[in-house]
This record gives sequence, structure tokens and C-alpha cells, in this order.
Amino acid sequence: MDSVLNTAKQEPVWHSNKKIILLLAVLTLFLVIFPLLGPSSFYLHLMIMIFMYAVMSQSWNIIAGLSGQISLGHGLFFGVGAYTSSFLFVEYGVTPWIGIFVGMFFSAAIAVLIGIPMLRLSGHYFAIATLLIGISFQIVFQRWELVGAASGLWIPLTEGSSWFALQFHDSKVPYYYIFLVVFLLCYLFVWRLNASKIGFRLRAVRDDYQAALSLGINVSQYKILAYAISAVVMAPMGSLFAQYILIVDPDRMFNLEISIMVLLMTVLGGIGNIWGPLLGVAILIPISEYSRIYLGGTGGAVDLIFYGLILMLICIFRPDGLISLFPKHVLARERQR
Amino acid sequence: MTILSVENLGRSFGGIRANHDISFDINEGEILGIIGPNGAGKSTLFDLITGYTKADSGKVVFAGQDISALRPDKISNLGIGRTFQKLKPFADMTLLENVMIGSFVRESNIKKARDNALEIIDFVDLIEKRHHFARELSTGQRKRLELARAMAIKPRLLLMDEVTGGVDQKTIPGLVALIKRLKASGVTIATIEHNINIIMEISDNILALDQGQKIAFGKPKDIQNNQKVIDSYLGTVDVA
Repeated sequence: MDSVLNTAKQEPVWHSNKKIILLLAVLTLFLVIFPLLGPSSFYLHLMIMIFMYAVMSQSWNIIAGLSGQISLGHGLFFGVGAYTSSFLFVEYGVTPWIGIFVGMFFSAAIAVLIGIPMLRLSGHYFAIATLLIGISFQIVFQRWELVGAASGLWIPLTEGSSWFALQFHDSKVPYYYIFLVVFLLCYLFVWRLNASKIGFRLRAVRDDYQAALSLGINVSQYKILAYAISAVVMAPMGSLFAQYILIVDPDRMFNLEISIMVLLMTVLGGIGNIWGPLLGVAILIPISEYSRIYLGGTGGAVDLIFYGLILMLICIFRPDGLISLFPKHVLARERQR
Repeated sequence: MTILSVENLGRSFGGIRANHDISFDINEGEILGIIGPNGAGKSTLFDLITGYTKADSGKVVFAGQDISALRPDKISNLGIGRTFQKLKPFADMTLLENVMIGSFVRESNIKKARDNALEIIDFVDLIEKRHHFARELSTGQRKRLELARAMAIKPRLLLMDEVTGGVDQKTIPGLVALIKRLKASGVTIATIEHNINIIMEISDNILALDQGQKIAFGKPKDIQNNQKVIDSYLGTVDVA
């Protein structure tokens, strides 16, 4: 038996599936060279939206998939990120690069402040509370004169493209690379988080909080930590999206649809798995964008009909999400070997 | 040397007295067996000691410190581990991951926590199953998993709630041997057990409860002959 123990101790701490790593490397390389292939502006936009929602869904996956708390108002951190960087730039000329980090800080602070009372709730009660908090933020910002109330903030246009102001008027390519870098950093961070002591403990809280308590885990503290981490991941997307469209207003930035979309995408792809959100986003965002092209405006809400239909099918046939279609050993990520 | 001292502990749920005025000591290195019929208050007693339920009266002193008002995680960090009557494995994690979470109480380094977990898994004879998901294990193996996970926090006192309950006959001797090995490794143990043969075999002292009250405390032989225990729990063989 000792020999088995010795063998076990010599196994690598993390199993790495070489095929998957190679696939990821090829995919990353493709994403890096994609703009060089001369795609149209639409395809660049499509990819930017995929990167953005992949990060936002991953943010929701941290609170819901990793710690087991269903948040229905997670879009509020998107709005906080957007408003913080935009306000600092509009009012004080602070570069959005700094604004992004300030937005992350504010989002974390808000997550902690509202998390302390709210995470005493659990299950449906927590979900309802987050929904109402999300809506209340929209109402507050609609009436808050300092940040432009219902009209929001119009980010002053620079004469030409500017890295300082994070504005690019001639091409979407710089935006593409900025969103890509944030997307890659986010997934790398979440992969590391999953494999860390904090990640282990969060999953323990999710699976059985009483057992987690018996293993010295302060359950409330870890739930708040997960909420804060997911807020920090969500906020930069708000800041970057604000720079992308150069306008922030409460209806757009605190839209309930954002919270619902990230939930749908994660559930579709597979909640609790790092690749789940990406898979869901890669399917739903193209549907959404193509329906907008062919049906105009908001896509005639056809995308929402698709979402509903897909979600029903997933709930019936694949409750663990589309990621469960892949053999488990292929996706042996966090699994200790 | 006394490691745990329970003093006049009481807890009621509505009009039901789950535990009433219970006092006893556990000495370091010994096994205390806890017996009693269903509803006697055995699991409630564990919940009171480990902070899952707050006592209405009395106190619990562990290694000289009053822990009556502490949260379960704080109590765990102080060195009291426990298993549950209704098993609570982290079902979607492997056996190794389950035990590693226990190891993180004393070790933050992933590699060291993993090595520590592997040694404990080897101790409970499940090393071959280390990469199996908890949900894939049999009941007996999951009992061992819970023991391993509780051991991983390096407890000074381990509370085991019906370790041999719900497992098949062939599995029981292995679990009993494991408990003896645990004791030999220096861990103090309190175990709730319905199998009277096992409790008599492994215990240094036995606490008998009935209807939330202590009805006897002493050496196994004394408990076996205690009339109150016989009347309420052990029963007699009718030879007439």
C-alpha cells in the first residue's frame, strides 16, 4: 500500500490533458491572429460581444457555480463599473484605464456591503433580494443628477483614436484586442481560483455548508468573498463596454436583461464548470446578433424566443448544461490527479 | 487529563427537552461511547458540543477554553472534528479533493495539503479510490471518507456519529479496526453507536442517554449491568 501512496504523492498536483491544452493554445493563437485575416466590422463586433459576455457569465458562474448562490441582479456590477470609469473621465479627465480599477474597487465594496446582510438569506430569498437590489440601482441612477440621471453620461469624443481615453474611432481592432486580453486574463484567473484553497473551500460551501463548517470554513465570509470576486470580474466589462459605445445610461447599464442573459448563458453552457459560460455565450451571442441583423432593431425578440426554447430543452435533456455532452475525462480540469 | 468537559448542558426544542442537565468529562486519548435509544439526544449532544446548536444552559469546555458560544468553524479550528449521522460528502468532488478541504485547516500550501490528505486516505485504506468522485463510493467507503476528512483537520477530539450505521456486516470489522488505529494514533474519540458489541469492545467509558438525560456513565462492564440502561436500552433476554 505504501508504494501506492508514494506513487500517488509523485503524481502531478494538477492533471493536464495535453490535447485540451493544445486545443486551447491553437484557439488562443487563432483569436490573436483573427483581426489579421481581415474580418468585417460585424465579425469583430461579434467577437467583442462574445468576449464580453464570456467574462460576464464567468463572473456569474463564480457566485452561482462556485459558491452556490443564485444572483438575479448581477448586472448592477456591470453598471457600477461603467458609471465609475465614465464619471471619472467625464468629470475629472481620469483615464478609463485607472477608472476600470476604481470601478472594480467600488464593485467589490458594494458587493461586501450588500453581501453582509443579504448572504444571510439563502436559496430563493437570496435570488429575490439580488433581483430587487439590481432594480433599485437602476432606479437610483435614473434619478441621480450627478451622473446625468435618466440621460446618463455622454463620454466626450476625442479627435482621433486615443489609448489614454480608450477610444478608437477608425477600427474595432484595438477594442477587439483589449476585450480579448481581459477575457484571457479572466479565464486564467478563474482557472487559478478553482485550483486554489479559496476555490476548494467555495465548492465545499456550495455542496454542503454544514460539512464545510465542520472543516473550519467560515461559510458567511466565503459567500461574501465569492460575491466580491464575481463583482470584481464583472465591473471591468461595464467600463470597457462604456468605452466601446461611449455612452452610459441607466436603462442600458443597469438593464435587467444583462443579469438574465448571463444566467441563461451559464446555465446553457454548464453551471459550475469553467468552460460552461464560454460555451453558452458562443452559442447564444451569435443567435442574438444574427437575429438583430436579419430582423432589425432588437431582433424582434426572436433571440429571446430562442433562449427560452433552448433553456427548456436544456432543463429537460441536459440539466448540467451542454458541457456535460463532453466526456468527463476530456474536461478533467480541476479534478485532482 | 480532561480534554472535554460538558457541564450541565441543556437544550429544548419547543416543549421537548432534547438534552437536559448533562455533565461528563472525556479524558485525552480515550474513547467515549455514547449509547441510547433513538431520540435520546445523542446527535443533539454532538451538535451542542460542535456549535451547530446553541445550548439553553450549561457550558462546554475544550482544552480549558469555554467553547459554548463559538461558531462551528471556530470550534473545528480549535481541534474538534466530527462526522455526521446523515453523510455529508462533497458529492461532486473526488475523495482526494474532499479530504484536501479538511487539510486546508492546518495547511495552505496545495502540495502539502494534498500529501497530507493522501496519507490520511491511505490510513483509512482508500488510497486506490482517491480519484473517485464521492458519489461513486459505497456507503462504507463514504463513512471512511467522512472520517478521513475529519481527521484531515488534525483534531485532538473526534466526534463520530454512528460510523458503523447503515453499512453491511462485512464492512463493520474494518471500520472498528480503523477506530482502534485512530485511538492508537493519539486521537481522543467520542462515538455514538447502536451496535452494543462494538461499543463494549472499543470504549474506555460509556455515556448512556435516555429521553435527553444522562442515565449512566462509567466503564463498559458497569454500564452493561446498570439496571437503568438495561431497562431503557439494552433489554433482557426472556428465559422464562
